[in-house]
Amino acid sequence: MRRALPLMSMIALLVPGIVLAQDSSPGVQVKRGEYLVTITGCHDCHTPWITGSGGPEPDMKRALSGHPQDLAITAPATVSPPWGGAMTPSSTGWSGPWGVSFSANLTPDPETGVLRDFTEQQFIQTMRTGRHQGQGRQILPPMPWPNYGQMTDDDLKAVFAYLRQIPPVRNKVPDPIPPKQ
Amino acid sequence: MAKVTATEERFGSGQGRCSAAIGAVLILSFGLLKSVSAVPQPATANPPPTLQETGLYADFAALQVDPAHLAFAPQYPLWSDGAAKRRWISLPPGTAIDGSDPDAWIFPVGTRFWKEFSFNGQRVETRYLERRADGQWLYAAYAWSPAGREAQLVPVRGKRGAYPLAGGRSHMIPGVTDCKACHQGGPSEILGFSTLQLSPERDPGALHAELQPAPGLDLRYLVDTGLLVGLPQALLDAPPRIAAATATERSALGYMHGNCGHCHNERGSLQNIGLVLRHSVKTAGEPAIASTVGQFVKKPAPGQSPNAVLRVEPGHPERSGLMQRVSSRYPALQMPPLGTELIDDEAVSLLYRWIAEKGASSQQAHVNKEGE
Repeated sequence: MRRALPLMSMIALLVPGIVLAQDSSPGVQVKRGEYLVTITGCHDCHTPWITGSGGPEPDMKRALSGHPQDLAITAPATVSPPWGGAMTPSSTGWSGPWGVSFSANLTPDPETGVLRDFTEQQFIQTMRTGRHQGQGRQILPPMPWPNYGQMTDDDLKAVFAYLRQIPPVRNKVPDPIPPKQ
Repeated sequence: MAKVTATEERFGSGQGRCSAAIGAVLILSFGLLKSVSAVPQPATANPPPTLQETGLYADFAALQVDPAHLAFAPQYPLWSDGAAKRRWISLPPGTAIDGSDPDAWIFPVGTRFWKEFSFNGQRVETRYLERRADGQWLYAAYAWSPAGREAQLVPVRGKRGAYPLAGGRSHMIPGVTDCKACHQGGPSEILGFSTLQLSPERDPGALHAELQPAPGLDLRYLVDTGLLVGLPQALLDAPPRIAAATATERSALGYMHGNCGHCHNERGSLQNIGLVLRHSVKTAGEPAIASTVGQFVKKPAPGQSPNAVLRVEPGHPERSGLMQRVSSRYPALQMPPLGTELIDDEAVSLLYRWIAEKGASSQQAHVNKEGE
């Protein structure tokens, strides 16, 4: 058994390294990202919803492609108190005191994907600060960036890695509409 | 203690068990270390609850600033909806700023900065930065009471409605994440205390320029008093200034250095945009010209006119993307994107004049070339 000590010590040193290597491999990172995107509700707003046989459901053929460009909205919703806002049946257009916001196209489409010129660092900073590319215009409600901003760097990197390899969907999301003056 | 003893006894009962235990402990230790590193780290320290406790004042009742702190004014100030500003720096005794990298000074642990914002003679807020022992900067803002007798720490998400401005808008004291969005956008988190900003060769045409408070803190003063070390001698022999064809251009580039360059620079996380509005004292030429004049807008912002094809189109300020961004306060379009609620009309005039003159000089150059 005395001979077992160096062996087990070596295993102790190697095993975490193997685990680390697995964790940082692209496949594992992407799977982790897919898992996080699923459980944190990204599809709730960034995938258009349709009415299926069992009721409303995300249209996964357009997964994470944002508010459909052909679903035109020209003005904020008019609602009466106590209501403060409204959303489209697609769950991609949201009207509130901030005006109208449309969920972004998160797919890697080279012309219409919002992340097309984001670096990984900018994506992380965007979640941390709630600003476009980490430093620009504010991301509008209902995007829960204060929640996602609490994720670890590794988790946000995994989400970014996953989003960069999903099928691209060409869909030019309209600009937000300012609130009524 | 009894439990520990019993454990020791069990391990002591055989070498094999001991080896297994050591191996298991090592594995667990690595596992724990690995999981710990994935947990977000808390802030290094909490700021004092009142401005008074940051040490700015020698006599808070009399609002007398500690004379040991040094007042200063950068030559190209950040415009904040017309707020009047006062600034101070405090270095721990016996320490100095490392200016070896003249584009990114390193401040000693314990350095403190204050910036006071006033509107119409009324103090509204004082921002505070302090370099902590771990090297991180502590960010805080203090809101003054309407009577100006006390200043309390602002919540991390900021404070809206801090002072009424024109057009029904109001000054907002930014939250910590917004502070960091700008201050962490380049090589140094300190923005207004730098080689160009404190150059003795101050721009007489600088927009919103402020009088230099006593003792006239500039590069020469800092080096002579031993507060700045390592600054290349060449920058003392020939103080830095923006290289420009005209006085208008010098002021325009200086304004963009002070108001845009903290995000739009060559070393920050937005470098992939290829828009460099920060002057570097280490490189020849002006990247603010090279990266704007005749350069295509990469991705129009929401609300941007489609005729703004170029960032700066010489002779055509009205259809230059840069003008459209600085002339707007529509949140999705405006530049700067935070820290300001009102359009800086004087800056709009200056930049408009610069782009218009740029067109005239281009035309003249073209005529001269044809005449050769």
